[in-house]
Amino acid sequence: MDRNSNLYTILFAAVVVTVSAVLLAVAVMVLKPAQERNKRQEKMTDIMYTIGFDQEALTKKAAAEGLKLNYKTIEAYFKKYFLKQYALKSDGTIDKSVNAFDINLKTELKKPENKQRYPIFIADVDGKTYYVIPLYGKGLWDDIWGYIALEQDANTVKGVKFGHKGETPGLGAEITKKWFENQFTGEKIFDKDGTFRGITLLKGNNDPENKDKEDHEIDAISGSTLTSNGVTNMIQERLKHYLPFFKKVRQQKN
Amino acid sequence: MAKKNKWVDLIKDPLNENNPITVQVLGICSALAITVKLMPAIVMALSVMVVVAFSNLIVSLMRNYIPNRIRIIVQLLVVATLVILVDQILKAFAYDVSKQLSVFVGLIITNCIVMGRLEAFALANKPFDSLLDGIGNGAGYGLILIIVAFFRELLGSGTLFDKQVIPQSFYDAGYVNNAMMLLPAMALITVGIVIWVQRSMYPQLTEKE
Repeated sequence: MDRNSNLYTILFAAVVVTVSAVLLAVAVMVLKPAQERNKRQEKMTDIMYTIGFDQEALTKKAAAEGLKLNYKTIEAYFKKYFLKQYALKSDGTIDKSVNAFDINLKTELKKPENKQRYPIFIADVDGKTYYVIPLYGKGLWDDIWGYIALEQDANTVKGVKFGHKGETPGLGAEITKKWFENQFTGEKIFDKDGTFRGITLLKGNNDPENKDKEDHEIDAISGSTLTSNGVTNMIQERLKHYLPFFKKVRQQKN
Repeated sequence: MAKKNKWVDLIKDPLNENNPITVQVLGICSALAITVKLMPAIVMALSVMVVVAFSNLIVSLMRNYIPNRIRIIVQLLVVATLVILVDQILKAFAYDVSKQLSVFVGLIITNCIVMGRLEAFALANKPFDSLLDGIGNGAGYGLILIIVAFFRELLGSGTLFDKQVIPQSFYDAGYVNNAMMLLPAMALITVGIVIWVQRSMYPQLTEKE
């Protein structure tokens, strides 16, 4: 066949495209389970990080038991500590038909408000209760997300973990660093009157060392105002939906 | 004997005299972006090597059948398919590294080295030669990446492969990591220094005025 004819060109293109499409489809299907596992593992690791089990602690713990830190051990630890996972309705009641771990906040938040379910992970570590809430919002360039853990008073922050898709390296991307995340520990999200305040990232708040744990503020990163605002808004916006639930928790405690 | 030498040259040339980054000045953007740490740089180097080598091989195998009018599109398709494969495999088996490389694996598609080798070499040469040419160019690219990443990680973070190598006593004595090294601007300067060193060692590379 004439290699410069239109028919040959079209046939050639069709064959090449089909081969490529089949190849990729097969590859994606074969690799999907491994990729999903990686994502679940990351999610479990991140959640456990907020209640004080960072990678190092987990590795040590596993080593002490003669185990290696892999998907299996991480899942075992996660199941051991996080006995309760709820998908909350906006009035704070539990929707039992939804698996909280499988909720993808990004898609969940696109649903109409009354259909949204808010996941909460409740841990029990040596008799202490922690509430871990997933966060999701917008940074300067793209999505930011994370987890925030509250102690059993549903007020004091135990720890946080942030992630981002495309914040500026060295500036906004610093939110994923330990020194930044550590600042949140001990902050309160409610003020003394019980009004919800969230946590604000602020520059020039006269508390750069972050010694005042009652001010609902931590020191923002210089040069990343918009990422910092994104984090502030994300915490405010997400936690707001858990207020009815927190209220119940506090009533039960009293 | 002559043939063997040719094969050796195909691998060796791009490492130095015909290096894709320092001499052909291709693929600079990714070299700047992912050389903050050694580990991602090495994975990126390997990924590019695999993509160049196999796309060279595949295009060379098809070179007598590709209609001339759509050859660039066909090349792109081959490259894109391979890149997506590499990306998916990294996501499945090297999740942490793939997160650090983020979009840059996908951007191998637009890496000029790949298209450059396909157009310049694979379309006119036998499959095995093309494969070697691809490996050579991938290695040449990777070599520079690793050199740059070595200095950036060492001076910028004081670590190599995330292990602390600069002893604490240095920091106690007042040594500070150079945060500039973490920014792309210093990567460009580091590449510049590598080019300078290379050209002063091999004067034949310098352009005649």
